[in-house]
Amino acid sequence: MDVNMIFKIAAVGILVAVLNQVLVRTGREEQAMMVALAGIVIVLMMVIKMISDLFNTVRTMFQLY
Amino acid sequence: MQMEIFQIVGLGLIAAVLAVLLKQHRPEIALQVSVVTGLIIIMLIMFKLASVLEALQGMAQRINVDTVYISTIFKIVGIAYIAEFGSQVCRDAGETSIASKIELAGKVIIMVLAVPILMALLDLIISIVP
Repeated sequence: MDVNMIFKIAAVGILVAVLNQVLVRTGREEQAMMVALAGIVIVLMMVIKMISDLFNTVRTMFQLY
Repeated sequence: MQMEIFQIVGLGLIAAVLAVLLKQHRPEIALQVSVVTGLIIIMLIMFKLASVLEALQGMAQRINVDTVYISTIFKIVGIAYIAEFGSQVCRDAGETSIASKIELAGKVIIMVLAVPILMALLDLIISIVP
């Protein structure tokens, strides 16, 4: 497990927050919404992979099939 | 080996700061940060747990316990860990009702797994009682 994943996700979050603020200020609400959605999807992809890793580890360790 | 606690505490503190930072503007990504932190800590702990499980298994083989029982116990522990993880994530997100449903599901599945052991115990009691 690499700790870098936390920083990656936090960086995506900060980037999305800043972009969202900029787009809202310039009056493009729908594009701001799209940016927020894209951020969520990107982060969710990373997280889902890690969750499946955890499930596989627990499954092999505790003989849950 | 024991020094990992400092790693884990430092990791948790940094992740908490990041989560609080993100919570104002993007609460959903703050939740993901806390989920990933929990995952990493659990994975670090799991590899430590493997040696304990191996020791338990060796002990069970030495005293001739039926492998069905010991593997059932391992399964129950695994289910409890996973259910606890899921329910904590949901509780962090503020979804208390989903969290309690996950806990309920874990309890029911554990009970179903424990039924064969209970039946074996009842058989034993019935065979002892004249």
